[in-house]
Amino acid sequence: MSMHMHAVPLAETAAERGSVRPMVRFRNIRKSFGELEVLKGVDLDILPGEKVAVIGPSGSGKTTLGRLLMTLEEPTSGTIEVDGEYLWHMEKRGKLVRADEKHLHRMRSKIGMVFQHFNLFPHMTILRNVTEAPIRVLRMRRNEAERLALEMLDKVGLADKRDNYPSQLSGGEKQRVAIARALVMKPQVMIFDEVTSALDPELVGEVLAVIKEIAADGKMTMLLITHEMEFARDVADRVIFIADGRIVEQGPPSRIFTQPESERLQSFLGRFRAYRAGR
Amino acid sequence: MNELIPALLRGLWITVQATFGAFALACALGLILAILRRARIKWVSVPMVWLIEFIRTTPLVVQAVFMWMALPRLIGMPLSALTVGILSLGLHYSAYLSEVYRSGIEGVPRGQWEAAVALNFSPAQKWLRIILPQAIPPVLPVMGNYLIVMFKEVPVLMAITLGEMLLAANSYIASTFADGIVPYSLVALFFLAVSYPSSLLVRLMERRLNRQRGTQYGNRIRNRRSRIRGERTV
Repeated sequence: MSMHMHAVPLAETAAERGSVRPMVRFRNIRKSFGELEVLKGVDLDILPGEKVAVIGPSGSGKTTLGRLLMTLEEPTSGTIEVDGEYLWHMEKRGKLVRADEKHLHRMRSKIGMVFQHFNLFPHMTILRNVTEAPIRVLRMRRNEAERLALEMLDKVGLADKRDNYPSQLSGGEKQRVAIARALVMKPQVMIFDEVTSALDPELVGEVLAVIKEIAADGKMTMLLITHEMEFARDVADRVIFIADGRIVEQGPPSRIFTQPESERLQSFLGRFRAYRAGR
Repeated sequence: MNELIPALLRGLWITVQATFGAFALACALGLILAILRRARIKWVSVPMVWLIEFIRTTPLVVQAVFMWMALPRLIGMPLSALTVGILSLGLHYSAYLSEVYRSGIEGVPRGQWEAAVALNFSPAQKWLRIILPQAIPPVLPVMGNYLIVMFKEVPVLMAITLGEMLLAANSYIASTFADGIVPYSLVALFFLAVSYPSSLLVRLMERRLNRQRGTQYGNRIRNRRSRIRGERTV
């Protein structure tokens, strides 16, 4: 852990690029689980409003990348910056030290996440699933939170399910509620972590359609960790291919999917196409 | 006989008071122990594990007589047998109830904790709004069983002169030179009369909860199945 690393003034690093300050910046990120190193030094800048899709084989570390950004896992080394501030670190007497819970709490308000397994709260109605965090965390008034929640539920086409419980919904509907629940917190960065992987094939489309619509709004920065290549091609500004804990190749979807340069990506896409054809 | 029944009923009333007082204490303290035991900071969680083990591996009667002797000295004022009884019985069973809570808490899927982090709930909100409302209902029947077990444990507090039913029976026998068969049988009968209907109630609650969980939480199993399907499409 980089506990005693000297602080790098953030203004300087932003100036290096000369242009827009990245919304998210991974710098030499490593993450180990015991003996296993799943991320082996990842550098990645995501610009404000950019839609970045992360693809790669299972166990490549792509999900871990999102989990580090959501503060569900702590990086073994390296730094993450969000909106110009360190996520996992803070400065104390000129040194970078591990962030305390207060700092993490403040930083998390900029980030939202939609999970593979939805993780809706089973003991709350759909409406309360969406209003609970605005009321408790943002201290929003109940009627204001409900108005906003219904607006979001309407956006994902589920306003009529407000009084149902999660168990009464299909997987696709649950995931759309989870999206509304994350949206209502108005994060600047949204992480979609394999949001269709747990869905029956016939329910994938409705969820992707909702995400496409949100992406079309433009403002939100998105990190889309996905197995859906066509979806990545349609929505992403840039595609990152991760294998064995490293970024192997990246570029605009038009190039990544038509002219992959690295052998790893070629074989990954080849296997994917073969599977698709077989289905 | 005219004196025995009222004496036993007074003993029953004291038993009920001790049971509910101790149960309330055990529920509150047990929850605190269960949560502190999960603390990431080692010097909080490790002493909790020791404390729970210590309480569970020493006899209740020893804890009770020790507290009966030590507590009044410690706080410098006399305490009633009922107070010490509630404190010792409650403390003893808080160790067991903390394990019950623990199993309930461990039954809440990891994704619920992660969603709570992602939505930026504070630790207190996470416990009160997300985790405990899911962790406690499934273990309510087990907690109900402990309530009955505690009720039956109250005669142990005879050792600290708590005037419950067994002590009442003893006093009756001692003062009237009566034979013990009838008084002791009556004590057992009184316990049976309360314990048995209570255990039926707990069983009813258990069945209710299982039915509820079958509908409300049952889809978790379905999720697990589709997750397996999902992995195959990688």
